[in-house]
Order: sequence, then C-alpha cells, then structure tokens
Amino acid sequence: MDYTIVVALEMVRAVAWLVLLASGLAIIFGMMRIINFAHGEFLMLGGYTVVISTGHGVNEWIAMLVLAPIVVGIFGVLVERLVIQRLYGRILDSLLATWGLSMLMIGGVTMIFGNSVTGVATPLGGMSIGAYQVPRYNFVLIFAAIALLLAIWAVLKFTKAGLIARATMQNPDMSEALGIPTRWVYMATFGIGSAITGFAGALLAPLTGVVPTMGVNFIAQSFITVITGGASVITGTLSAATLLGSISQGMTFLTGPVYGDAALLLAALVLLRLLPQGITGRIFKKSL
Amino acid sequence: MTILSRRKFLHTSTAAAAATLASPIIARAQSDTIKVGGLHDLSGALDAVGVPMNQVFQMAIKEINEAGGLLGREVEAVIYDPQSNMSLYSQYATQMALRDQVDVVMGGITSASRETIRPIFHRYDTFYFYNTQYEGGVCDRNEITLGTTPAQTVARLIPYGMNLYGKKVYTIAADYNYGHITAAWVKRYVEENGGEVIETEFFPLDVAQFGSTISKIQGAAPDFVLSALVGTSHLGFYRQWAAAGMKSEIPVMSTVLGAGGSDQLILTAEEGNGITASFGYFEEIDNPTNKAFLERVAQEYPDKDWVMSEISEVTYEGMMIWADAVREAGTTERDPLLEVLTSGKAYDLPAGKVKIDPKTQHAIRDVYIAELQDQVFNIKESFPDSPPTDTQMVCDLVENPDSNQHFEISL
Repeated sequence: MDYTIVVALEMVRAVAWLVLLASGLAIIFGMMRIINFAHGEFLMLGGYTVVISTGHGVNEWIAMLVLAPIVVGIFGVLVERLVIQRLYGRILDSLLATWGLSMLMIGGVTMIFGNSVTGVATPLGGMSIGAYQVPRYNFVLIFAAIALLLAIWAVLKFTKAGLIARATMQNPDMSEALGIPTRWVYMATFGIGSAITGFAGALLAPLTGVVPTMGVNFIAQSFITVITGGASVITGTLSAATLLGSISQGMTFLTGPVYGDAALLLAALVLLRLLPQGITGRIFKKSL
Repeated sequence: MTILSRRKFLHTSTAAAAATLASPIIARAQSDTIKVGGLHDLSGALDAVGVPMNQVFQMAIKEINEAGGLLGREVEAVIYDPQSNMSLYSQYATQMALRDQVDVVMGGITSASRETIRPIFHRYDTFYFYNTQYEGGVCDRNEITLGTTPAQTVARLIPYGMNLYGKKVYTIAADYNYGHITAAWVKRYVEENGGEVIETEFFPLDVAQFGSTISKIQGAAPDFVLSALVGTSHLGFYRQWAAAGMKSEIPVMSTVLGAGGSDQLILTAEEGNGITASFGYFEEIDNPTNKAFLERVAQEYPDKDWVMSEISEVTYEGMMIWADAVREAGTTERDPLLEVLTSGKAYDLPAGKVKIDPKTQHAIRDVYIAELQDQVFNIKESFPDSPPTDTQMVCDLVENPDSNQHFEISL
C-alpha cells in the first residue's frame, strides 16, 4: 500500500516536472512558432539566478519564486528585441539563431561563473509515507505545476491581454488591422514564456544543481512534450505531460531508467505517427 | 574564385609536402629542449577535470626546469586541447608523435580517449603515460599507467563498507563501460566477502531525476548503496537522496565522487556528509612531500576553484617519475627508461610511496578510504603498496613485451 502511494506520487511528480519544463516552451514554440533552441539555457539561467542570489544571502523562496522569473523574463525580452523579432515566420532561421544563442550563453556563464558552481540544498527535507521517505519538495513541484497551468489558463481565458495574445498568434495581420501593436504583443509573450522557463529552472536548481551545460539534459524532454502536445498551450502540455510522464515513470519503476527513457521516446514516436499535429491537433481541438 | 591548374596545384602541394617532411628533421637537429606533450581536455564536457590536470602538468615542468632541467636541457611543454572530442585526440596525438616529435606524452582522460591515442603512440614509439583511474586491463609496453584500478579501490571499499554497515548492497551505476565494469567488480567483491548485491541499476548520463530509484532503494532496504554514478547530472542523486531524508537511513559509498576534484564542492556540506570514497590520493594525506606540493600548488594557482584529486596529483607523479628516470638513464629513449622504471625503485610522492609493477607497468601504490565531511575528505584507512591485481590477471609484459591491447577482464 505504501509502495503504491509512493509510486503514484512519483508519477504525479514526473508529470508535474514535464509540465514545468514544457510550459514556457509551449508558449514560445506552440503559440509563436519560434523554435527556441536555447530553452535549456533559459532553464540554466533560472537555476543560476537561484544559486547566485541565495549565495548572497537572499531567501531561497524569494529567489525561486520572484527573482528567477524576473531575471530570465527580462533576459527573454532583450533576446526578443535583439534577435527573435527579426525571425518571426522563419522557423529554421530561428532554430539556428537560438542554437547560437545557447552556445553563447553556455560560454558566457562558464566565463563568468566557471564550470562548476555550488548548488543549493533542497529545502523542506523529507517526510515519511509508511515505511518510505519522500522529499517534501516533490509537493512543491506538483503544486507549482498546477498553479502555473491555472495561471496561464486564467490569463488567456479571462483577461484582455490573454485575448489580445491569442488573437495576435492566430492572425497577426488582422490584429494589426484592428489596431493591436503586435510587435509589443510578441515581445511580451516571449518575455512571459522566458519567465516561466526561468521559474522552472529555479525549481530545478535544488534538485540537480547547476552547471553551464545542464540545458542539454532537458531540451529533448521539453521539445518532445510540446510537440506531442500540439498547438494548445494548456491542454496540449497537460495531456502530453500526463501521458509521457506516467508511461516513462511507470516503466522506470518496473524496469529501470534506461527503459523509462526509451518508453518515453517510443510513446512520443507512436503518438506523433498517429497524430502528426500533436494530441491537440485532433483531440481537444478547440481548447486553450 | 580562380581555378588552380593541375600543374600549379601539383607544384605547390609538392612544395608543401616537402616542407612538412623537412620540418621535423630541422626541428630535431636544432632542438635544444626536451619536449613533453600534454593532452588534456581544456574545453568541452570534461574541462572541469582536464584544466586542473593541465595546470599541475605545467607546474611539474616548471619545477623540473627550476631544478636545472633534464640532461642539461630545458623541458618544454607541447600542449593541445582535444576539446573532449575523440577525433581531435587522434589528430593531436599524431601531430605530437610526428610533427612535434615529443619525448613523452601525459594525458588522455576517459578510457575512450586513451584507446584512441594509445595505439597511435604505440605505432610511432612515443612513450605514453596515462594518469587516470580507470577500469584496468591495459597491457602495452609503450604505456605507463599510474592511476588506480578497481582491484586497488573497489576491492578495499567493499569490505570496509560491509564491515561497517552490513552485507546487503544496492549498486547504482552510470550506463556505459566504466559503470558496467565497475558494477561487475562490485558484485564480485561483495560475493567474495560473503555478501549479496540485491539490485544493480544503470543510468544514462543525462538522467537527473532519481525519485523512483530512491523509492526502490527504500523498498529493497540494503545495508548500503554503492554508487558508480558519473557526471554532473548524476550529482542530482546525492541531492535528492538528502532531500528525501535518506542520509540518516542508508549510507552511500562511491567509486567516483570526488575523482575530478569538484564534486565535493558542488554538493553542499549537508548533501555530501558521510559519503565514503576510495582513491589513490586525497589532499589530507599527511607527509612532507604532500605538504610542500600543496603549498606550491596554492602559490602557483591562488584562484583555483578545484580540490587536488587523484587524477591531477597522478599527472604530477607521471612527470616526476619520468624526469627521475631520464636523469638516471641519461637519455629520453624509451627502452633504457623502461629499464629504470621497472627496476623496482620506490618514488616518494605526495600520494605516498609509488612503485611500478614490471609485469603490467601499472603503479603499485598506497590507496586510501576517506569520508566526506563539510566538503573535505577525511582519511579513514590507508592500504600501503596495493598492487593492480586485476590487470595482473591478464597482463604480463615481462613475458610478452609486444603486447598492445586493452583486455576486458572477464569476471
């Protein structure tokens, strides 16, 4: 019984994890059709913000929940102004440019902070479920993922800003004709996507520690989740994360992490063969 | 774009070929320095390990030159950066052997890089020192291997852990040849000591989430966990282990943690405390040679952000042992040097006494078990004169001097 609960919790944690990883990318790639190959490095930047600022005495939670999204969000806006804004509609060029950006960021961070930085301890410690010890931090991840999805949903659904963003992504020319300054909408959307990615990176830092090259470990999972999810930011991310997260985690429990990873890739492969536009390309079509 | 005529092309390329052919001869005629090659990854995935190795390598050369050089000549370092890239390794190894005509090469970090360059140096008779701890089994008269092998470290660590904690072991290891071979050794030594490996799990190098494994380990309830996890992603295991509150429940030992001299600084004190490891060198070793060595390192590299580890200290050993042999033999030719090196001479080095086993040309050395406390390894036990018994099982260079192979030691 204890074991079942622990396994279930671990699966939910894995789903939450994919949601956190992919949400920022879903906004940037899913909504804006910009392939942000520096997504992993945006995560890394969020992680570094936490490690560096807690090193200077800032409270861990403030660093994770406030500082990291702000820093990476501002960085995202800068990147959009300097690079991305010239590349809308040029999907392959955006891939090349952001790939370059990712190398630049890895090099830059290595130059400034060196190739190894002390991590931060995982806050909150452990708790026991029957005979098992689990980190309390798992619940932080799950809660953060739920809160994040709810927030994105509320903004897109109920606010004017959300409406404008959706309109711009759907038909930029018409929006422009209606007097919406699409340039600024794009910039803000990219900034928010970056901020969310920074937030995910911040939550990641206490679990894995940070190094300049950590991004490559997460970029594949992020893209697979977003592409499998399809065009809708929330439903797509959530359905893909649920499916892939529980398949890979279940497999990991049954056999080991090698097959867990393989199962995730296989599931994505089969899904994309059956639903080339992603899950929300066929099912939940009208959802957000 | 102008198109080269065939004649013109032939003309220029022959001239170029003649120039490249000629240059080594000129270099040799004019060379008044002794050239020593250093091949360590100064960028790319392994630079955190390669940079300290290279720094210590240069320091050793400086030290040798300050003491008057070798054979009345100055020692000159020829350094390339293979960038953690195997094709660059083979390119630079060939350059070192043929163009630079170095007298000896120190370097190679992973077993993959060693097996890339070892045959090249063997073919061109360029004497080669490999200074990294590895899985054992290299048998090559052209190579001196100074790092520890599993028979020196794992064989000590396992009984130590079993005495202290109990007989049930759970192994977690990196999913490539190092992890698999080490896991096999762990199983062998555990069984030899009357224990049992209840589970062995392998992790691809990019795995950073260990939640499910941590739950599985708790379910299996071993007496201790033996980790041969490698790389920065895998450091996540130690963090998540601490976060789950497991540190006080099940002890962890590692064959890798601290090998590169930075893991213990990346983990916080709370996460690292109590992890036991075994290597041929720790900073804490108490002898005058080591004290002087560390002082010199601190002087030379005051801003260093790494801890001296086996892999770097052994690089220093390599240079010092080679230099000593050159002085004694009065030449840089390989065969007279080998005669001196395998004569059973004991070298007094920061790591303790080091001898070279004539059968395997591996080091017989002092091995230590240490426990991490507040980001510093404290030595718990030391094992003087530990021979590389694993490689000795498969390799006898005295009988087969032409051997040129990396044996997989079957268990």
